[in-house]
Amino acid sequence: MENLIGLLVAAPLLGAALLLCGGRRLDGKGHYIGTALAAASFVIGAVLFADMLGRGEHDRALHSKVFSWIPVGGFRADVAFQLDQLSMTFVLLITGVGTLIHIYSIGYMEHDERRRRFFGYLNLFLAAMLLLVLADNYLLLYVGWEGVGLASYLLIGFWQHKPSAATAAKKAFIVNRVGDVGLSIAIMLMFTTFGTFTFAPVLTDVDNASEGKLTAIGLMLLLAACGKSAQVPLQSWLGDAMEGPTPVSALIHAATMVTAGVYLITRSGAIFESAPDAQTAVVTVGAVTLLFGAIVGCAKDDIKKALAGSTMSQIGYMILAAGLGPIGYVFAIMHLVTHGFFKAGLFLGAGSVMHGMNDEVDMRKYGGLRKYMPVTFVTFGLGYLAIIGFPGLSGFWSKDKIIEAAFAKGGTEGWILGGAALLGAAITAYYMTRVMLLTFFGEKRWVPDEAGNEPHPHESPSSMTIPMIVLAVGSVFAGGLFSLNDSFLKWLEPVTGHSHGDSPLSAATVTAGTMVVLVIGVALAWAQYGRRPVPRTAPRGSLLTRAARRDLLQDDFNHVALVKPGQYLTRGLVYVDHKLVDGVVNGTAAGVGGLSGRLRKLQNGYARTYAVSMFGGAAVLIAATLLMRAV
Amino acid sequence: MSFPLLTATAVVPALGAVATAAVPAAQRAAAKWVALGFSLVTLALAAIVLVRFDPGGARFQLTESHAWIKDFGVRYELGVDGIAVALLALTAVLIPFIILAGWHDADPLEGARPNRRWRPTQGFFALILMVEAMVVISFEATDVFLFYIFFEAMLIPMYFLIGGFGDRAGGRSEEETATQRSYAAVKFLLYNLAGGLIMLAAVVGLYAVTADQLGTGTFSLQEIVQARANGHLNMASSTERLLFLGFFFAFAVKAPLWPLHTWLPNAMGESTAPVAVLITAVVDKVGTFAMLRFCLQLFPEASKWATPAIMILALISIIYGALLAIGQRDIKRLIAYASISHFGFIILGIFAMTTQGQGGATLYMVNHGVSTAALMLVAGFLITRRGSRLIEDYGGVQKVAPVLAGTFLIGGLATLSLPGLAPFISEFLVLVGTFSRYPVFGVIATVGIVLAALYVLILYQRTMTGPVKAEVRSMPDLRVRELVVVAPLIALLIFLGVYPKPLANIVNPAVDHTLSVVDKKDPRPEHPVTDAGWFSYSPKSEGASHDGASGGAK
Amino acid sequence: MNPVNYLYLAALLFTIGAAGVVIRRNAIVLFMCVELMLNACNLAFVTFSRLHGNLDGQIIAFFTMVVAAAEVVVGLAIIVTVFRSRHSASVDDASLMKL
Repeated sequence: MENLIGLLVAAPLLGAALLLCGGRRLDGKGHYIGTALAAASFVIGAVLFADMLGRGEHDRALHSKVFSWIPVGGFRADVAFQLDQLSMTFVLLITGVGTLIHIYSIGYMEHDERRRRFFGYLNLFLAAMLLLVLADNYLLLYVGWEGVGLASYLLIGFWQHKPSAATAAKKAFIVNRVGDVGLSIAIMLMFTTFGTFTFAPVLTDVDNASEGKLTAIGLMLLLAACGKSAQVPLQSWLGDAMEGPTPVSALIHAATMVTAGVYLITRSGAIFESAPDAQTAVVTVGAVTLLFGAIVGCAKDDIKKALAGSTMSQIGYMILAAGLGPIGYVFAIMHLVTHGFFKAGLFLGAGSVMHGMNDEVDMRKYGGLRKYMPVTFVTFGLGYLAIIGFPGLSGFWSKDKIIEAAFAKGGTEGWILGGAALLGAAITAYYMTRVMLLTFFGEKRWVPDEAGNEPHPHESPSSMTIPMIVLAVGSVFAGGLFSLNDSFLKWLEPVTGHSHGDSPLSAATVTAGTMVVLVIGVALAWAQYGRRPVPRTAPRGSLLTRAARRDLLQDDFNHVALVKPGQYLTRGLVYVDHKLVDGVVNGTAAGVGGLSGRLRKLQNGYARTYAVSMFGGAAVLIAATLLMRAV
Repeated sequence: MSFPLLTATAVVPALGAVATAAVPAAQRAAAKWVALGFSLVTLALAAIVLVRFDPGGARFQLTESHAWIKDFGVRYELGVDGIAVALLALTAVLIPFIILAGWHDADPLEGARPNRRWRPTQGFFALILMVEAMVVISFEATDVFLFYIFFEAMLIPMYFLIGGFGDRAGGRSEEETATQRSYAAVKFLLYNLAGGLIMLAAVVGLYAVTADQLGTGTFSLQEIVQARANGHLNMASSTERLLFLGFFFAFAVKAPLWPLHTWLPNAMGESTAPVAVLITAVVDKVGTFAMLRFCLQLFPEASKWATPAIMILALISIIYGALLAIGQRDIKRLIAYASISHFGFIILGIFAMTTQGQGGATLYMVNHGVSTAALMLVAGFLITRRGSRLIEDYGGVQKVAPVLAGTFLIGGLATLSLPGLAPFISEFLVLVGTFSRYPVFGVIATVGIVLAALYVLILYQRTMTGPVKAEVRSMPDLRVRELVVVAPLIALLIFLGVYPKPLANIVNPAVDHTLSVVDKKDPRPEHPVTDAGWFSYSPKSEGASHDGASGGAK
Repeated sequence: MNPVNYLYLAALLFTIGAAGVVIRRNAIVLFMCVELMLNACNLAFVTFSRLHGNLDGQIIAFFTMVVAAAEVVVGLAIIVTVFRSRHSASVDDASLMKL
């Protein structure tokens, strides 16, 4: 069984290699190869899952060392995989949702001449993501970590001829690199502290290290997580990343890659538990981001950007839960999985809408689409109900638990975090209802474009709708299934551990509170967008709205604080290098040249002058000798 | 006496140079094949060296030793350790690609009708082989004087390669190009000559010191190291420091280290892409290699004394080179500044004095050679097509030439040290090695990876993406010859990124030895993990996974 | 008489010769000034020989005379050749040492 783990990664990697190096010959069937290999990976995952279920809950972890990767002195990194319940959960999510999105993309990218390459990149992403969650040490995880970054870069910028896409891709990669610096430093700290960076020894021997070291490691890991999971302050790339094709947004920027930060923090739980300051930082980042993303999501008229804000916010929930320690890990991962279903479904729904609307993304130019796209409407609607936490659907089970856990943190901190989580739930209900109303309800608001092409909204082909249906089913039932007998909790507990904490509020109170804010959020949105017609152009809006439209000024801040000074610095340095460093050298050369020019004048070719200098020299020598004598 | 394999690796390219130069003027096309053939024979010889080299064996292997100038104790002494073998292999691998990439760089201009005596084509390839011969012998020499001679002599063919065969795609007038080119060539020569002369003084000084203390003067690295270890040779610390500085200055110019770097962008910018690769990937490596082999081993105490200052200069190189790369408008100058940043990493690793740092630095030399070759050669193909080196003259190339853009991207990703490609491993090792002794320096150097992402991606974005520019529209994709150049380099980058163990195993013992000469040990982890088992219930898998196959841990 | 006085005379003669070489342009005069310097040296050598009481100085003086004679032959030949080609015996006209 251990050997199968390597195959999990190898299958999509083979696909990527085939599709990217295969040339035009594979244009016609590339998408089938890509999909087949993704599905193969899923099947292998399922086999391993079945095998794992067959064993006792403490014997489930598998380990397989493939080869020794970097042996230099005491520094030993292996290419080795570790498959435990936590990795398994991710494997199934990644390959499952990944396969569905491959299928969806067959239809979605049908008219793109570079479809083969698109599937190659998708396979590359799957391989890197699987490597990330299967690695048994931080350095190999880092390979996957940057690998998904690369795939994300390639896919965001897939339509490279659009300058905006190319810029967004570059931005995503660079912001992620800032996070990667954190991960690098964390690994180095682990190496100097423990002499290794393999999960098992580091995490079991955490107690030996000083709290200061652990806090530093924890903060660095948090920085990494912030970059990959678009958390404040490294969140700015996610909105722009929506320039990529919609299946990419669904797979990478909603369901899987952006949740890698949650995986990292959960996996490194032992470190955070011994470093309370780092944990406080994690929950702070989570709480701030869940509000930040939600507020941004309220103001966006671009359907994908609204969903991107929502993703940011939902991952904020997960980070918050992961930062709570053992009371939250399980729920962080549970929310991650349910979110994977409903958010991927929502994005695919958005893609389906755009597909039928000539790639229009402005929700103010939609309206009343439920008549034209019934399947999309129903699946999107179920995803919507799931995300706002409608009782019984997936999001309800997972988000409710996180809010409970936040209160259970105890003390003032618990109240603040719980309050933030509740407020976030209200805003979530508000902005998702807004998206729903703007897109599927009300009057039709689309008009012909300048070229006179009127959109003809239509339902998408079945290759697109089937994945949406599957994901919708997941959005409805996954949460309930996981909560049945606490099955998910029991599944993950051997890896992550779990404790209940003592909540100042009873579970029922929290649930009731959640329901109240849910209703308030929905009602507010309905009052604003449901009752009266929506203007086609956005009103000016309040100061907050305008700020939120600009992503709460994050880009402006980065521009003023980082980009501009950076540009001045590089320009200044180019000047300095040219004028000063080079100038000193050239100046010396010019000085020598000038001096020799003067000296040359002495050589006038008259033997007499040479004789004079000889006599002079002789006289000086004699005088010097005499002087020496005298002294 | 056994076959002098090491001498052969240097003599073959030298003979090749003569043979290439001797090809009649009319058969200039044949000269290319002659040169390629000789470079391939050298490659084969280097492969034999690699096979015959036993990583666990003696310090220097395949040694040859003959008296040369008896009165001055100069010997013709060759020998390779793991570091030299790795760099020898790099050189032998890169030269055929450089020749192949520069296939048409020295052809007569289109439309020009060269007279019967026109032979720069022969000259170009003969000079490349000449450089190869000299670089190879520099890597092999274990006699300081012998090393010095070839270290200096390689300036001459390099001077002619830079000054005589400039980039034809400057987008400037013929006269302007010629002026810039000769400026670059002279600058290259003067900088390196200045360094070399100071080193000559130090070489003479070294002889004086050994003659004074050992009775007979010697230049032999092994003898000096031996004498030091036995206590026969005790340099006064001021003498040692002066001699160290003399050597180091020459190597720092060659490497190049900030603030002695300004010759590199000019030289790389004005020369053709294959020659630029020759400069940065092959010739400059002699500088960093010599730091490891001569500076550290001849003057261990002085090396430790100078470490903080050198580390700071290396850090400045990393950050400064990267920032300047971001600010460049010229593709080749951008790559040159990126190289300065990378050389900063290499020097940082060498002077971190840890196995990771120095092992990483050695791997870095190899990996940087391959990655820069890939990036620079593709950039060269691009520049030849459009006839301009300015970034702003490109745009949307990926649309018309996807393979070219793809290989360019991979070269770029290797340059920014993407995990999975070879440079990542070396860069990370350097960072870890630095961090474990100097955490603050390690953290600052890590910032360099963000800057690297910036300059590579900005370059890619501006040249390859966006709307297709009119001048670019008819650009052909990579041809077969060009693909033959790039594909193996990329394959090598991936292979060394995924499975660097064979290379690491060759390098590790040499690094351990160097460190033992310097008398430095790796800092121990603060809380070493006692049980490195994966899971408490399966301790058996542990023994297999940490078997110490490399023999590096001591 | 104090032999040192001869040394003063030798120095005087040498200076006169040197000044002549520097100042005069005519090759013949210049030549004579060189001879004057040589003879000043001879005088000094002989004087030293006397002072030290050995013959070394006198022997050297003979050598100098022989060399001077040989030099005169070659030098005059050159001057005559130059005069033939340039119709002038001025040394400045023949300043070909600098291009």
